[in-house]
Amino acid sequence: MNFPYQAMLAETVTFKGHNGDLGEAYFARPLGPGPFAGVVIIHHMPGWDEWIKEVPRKLAYHGFLGIAPHLYFREGPGDPDDIGARVRAAGGVPDEQVIGDVAGAMEFVRALPYANGKVAVMGFCSGGRHTYLVACRLPNVDAAIDCWGGNVIVDDPALLNDKRPRAPIELTENLRCPLFGIFGNDDPNPSPDHVNRTEALLKKLGKTYEFHRYDGAGHGFFANNRPSYRAEQATDGWKKVIAFLHKHIGGQR
Amino acid sequence: MCSYIVEKAALFGSAKGPKGWMHIDTANVYYDHPYHAPLDHALGIDFICEAEGGRDRVAVEISAESARELVKKILAALATGDAVHAAIAAE
Repeated sequence: MNFPYQAMLAETVTFKGHNGDLGEAYFARPLGPGPFAGVVIIHHMPGWDEWIKEVPRKLAYHGFLGIAPHLYFREGPGDPDDIGARVRAAGGVPDEQVIGDVAGAMEFVRALPYANGKVAVMGFCSGGRHTYLVACRLPNVDAAIDCWGGNVIVDDPALLNDKRPRAPIELTENLRCPLFGIFGNDDPNPSPDHVNRTEALLKKLGKTYEFHRYDGAGHGFFANNRPSYRAEQATDGWKKVIAFLHKHIGGQR
Repeated sequence: MCSYIVEKAALFGSAKGPKGWMHIDTANVYYDHPYHAPLDHALGIDFICEAEGGRDRVAVEISAESARELVKKILAALATGDAVHAAIAAE
C-alpha cells in the first residue's frame, strides 16, 4: 500500500464581516501543516444551502482552505432557507455589505497559521456576479472564479437600485487579479452575447483572464442536485478550476 | 439565473406551519432556483404574516407546469363553489 494519508476538517466558524459584524461560515481544510491557499466561496441568491457547503469540502480535498460565508447571517437565527426567503422578499443584500463580508472571510483565511497568504474568490450565479464585483473592488484578491454570474452586464438601468447601484462590468478597469470564467452556451443570463462582451472588454483592457464555454450546458451545470447538471462538462470544468487555482494561488496538492 | 423579483399578494387567511396555525396577510411569489425541489427553477410561494414580522412562513416550491395547473384548479374550485352557493341561495 502506497497511498498518501488524506484527511480534512469541516466545521462552522465565526468570522468578522462588514462593519465588524460577526457571522457564521462553513469552513473546510485539509489536515496537515500546509501551507495552504484559501478560497472564499460565494453562494447564490437562495442562500447558504447544502450544495454550497460541498464546495469547501471539494476544495479541501484538492488542498485548499475553503470558506463559504453565510451572507445572510444578519437575518438569522433560523434555517438558512427561511432566512434566504426573507432576504429575497427584501430584495437581496447590498453589494457593499457582500464586499465587506467577503473581505472579512478572506482575512479569516489569511490569518490562519497554515495559510500561504493567497486567497481566491469563487461564486456561483448571483455569487458569480459578486465575485466579479469583489475582484474589481478589493485590492488583495489573488484570483477570481466567476461561475455563470448573471447581471455582470446590465442593459436595463431599471435593474439597478440602492442595493445594486452599479453593473460590475463598469468596474472592469479596476480588476487586479486573474479572472476565470465558466459558462454554458445555453444560458440566457449570462448569455453567450454577455460573455462575448465581457471578454471583449477584458481583452481591450489587457486583463489576465481565462474563459471556458460549454456546449450542451446551460446555467448552473455544476449543480448535481438539479436537472441542469451536466456530468461531462462539470467534470472538465472542475478540473480546469482546480488547475487555475493551483497556478495562481499555489498551495499544496 | 438568480432573480430578485418577488410578486407580493396581499391576502387574508391562515396557514399551518411548523408551529401550528398562523394568520397570514401576504404571499411572496417568485420564480427562481429552489432551495429543496430538484428543479433548475421553481415557482415559490411563501405565505407569511408581515404584520407579525414575517419571520415564520409556509413555503412551497413547485414546477412551472405545476403552478399553471394549480392556478387553473384554484379558479375552477372557486367557480364551482360560486355556482353551488348561488344555486343554494336561489332555492
